[in-house]
Amino acid sequence: MAVKIGVLGLQGAIPEHVKALEKSGAETRIVKRVDHLEGLDGLVLPGGESTTMRRLMDQYQLFDAIKRFAENKPVFGTCAGLILMAKQIEGQKGPHLALMDINVRRNAFGRQVASFEADLKIEGIADHFNGVFIRAPYILDVGPDVDVLSRYEDKIVAAKQGHFLTCAFHPELTDDARFHQYFVKMVEEAQNK
Amino acid sequence: MAQTGTDRVKRGMAEMQKGGVIMDVVNAEQAKIAEDAGAVAVMALERVPSDIRAAGGVARMADPTIVEEVMNAVSIPVMAKCRIGHIVEARVLEAMGVDYIDESEVLTPADDRFHIDKRNFTVPFVCGCRNLGEAARRIGEGASMLRTKGEPGTGNIVEAVKHLRLVNAQIRKIVGMSEDELMTEAKELGAPFDVLLEIKKLGRLPVVNFAAGGVATPADAALMMHLGADGVFVGSGIFKSANPSKYAKAIVEATTHYEDYELIAELSKGLGEPMKGLDMATLTEADRMSLRSE
Repeated sequence: MAVKIGVLGLQGAIPEHVKALEKSGAETRIVKRVDHLEGLDGLVLPGGESTTMRRLMDQYQLFDAIKRFAENKPVFGTCAGLILMAKQIEGQKGPHLALMDINVRRNAFGRQVASFEADLKIEGIADHFNGVFIRAPYILDVGPDVDVLSRYEDKIVAAKQGHFLTCAFHPELTDDARFHQYFVKMVEEAQNK
Repeated sequence: MAQTGTDRVKRGMAEMQKGGVIMDVVNAEQAKIAEDAGAVAVMALERVPSDIRAAGGVARMADPTIVEEVMNAVSIPVMAKCRIGHIVEARVLEAMGVDYIDESEVLTPADDRFHIDKRNFTVPFVCGCRNLGEAARRIGEGASMLRTKGEPGTGNIVEAVKHLRLVNAQIRKIVGMSEDELMTEAKELGAPFDVLLEIKKLGRLPVVNFAAGGVATPADAALMMHLGADGVFVGSGIFKSANPSKYAKAIVEATTHYEDYELIAELSKGLGEPMKGLDMATLTEADRMSLRSE
């Protein structure tokens, strides 16, 4: 049976993730409220504005519900999702969901005029992958349990820690579903455990 | 090699704004209120549209000091408006590093015939439209995002509804047509053929389309989402209301949860006086910003 993966649907590039997940063989559901998490095997935190998503997560107790969900279910965050997952955000008092042992810098490559596409090598996923970086963050440093999956000019732009996966760019904005396939596999493996 | 200013990063930036609210602000303090309320971006202006109406005269790009002040105040994207056809105002805003330029009919057009060729800018543009012909022409010129025009600064949703319904009805028509009918449709709409072909193939516009021009209440914002907008711009509605912070939060939540009517009822309680608003019948043709430059 296909795994069922939710996409946090408060704001951002939601349909693009849904499409990429379905292309990778998963069933999907858009998550706007706590009850939408029920029966899901994994969750994607999409790109968008992290401050907006955080404010909306505080509604309907969604914030705590996602933290509980993440205790044993895989989570994949892209761009704003990466910021939501980080334990430390440079220049900011508290983190958001604090799932991954990573320290991140927001809008790290600059403003929109500096947004770019670049070819990336991603460990275990692809030798060539078109990374679409939009006002993207990057990871400044990682804890000992975090595997670095990709770097762009020495900056960490993709990482994995246990059942958590994250990247600073937007695989959902390309037709290349290999990153999503990798996450779907992580969800399948977690389910078989 | 890294490539900047590609269609994918310019259009992609707008994709990240989907489901969100972009708010007009005139200073750093308002920008902070908007960010704290959950705005996905702010539009830095010298005056909100209703004040532009009241002031009369020629409305131009904002003083760069204001734009800079707003850019320094918030971490969310900052947009700014240039006059239609004003290539230099656009280049100035790009040089300042704004995240998105709105080539906007809210300001007095600098060119009454031609829009800016937006394709060779690194910064992305959003433009207004009232129908699919306008939408497709702007995409053809390189706009990376659209917004239906509505009637800015009126607090009256009627034109916004009219424009969004029309654009979406015209898209449905294109999608339903056979390809050999598209050239004549392109002629009739005044739309580039290639853009119509792309719309037919995708089954939708190739760029994000927000609603703008008259959103004054949380229910107005939810209505535009219900009608198929990807998000909303709120201009005068927020900072002309009695309690801007509360108002802004309510509009953000109503936009996300636009089908949750109990929540919208809750959000709409005790918000205080919304902006007063204008009846379209009281506006002369010269007062209609949405009719400026097609």
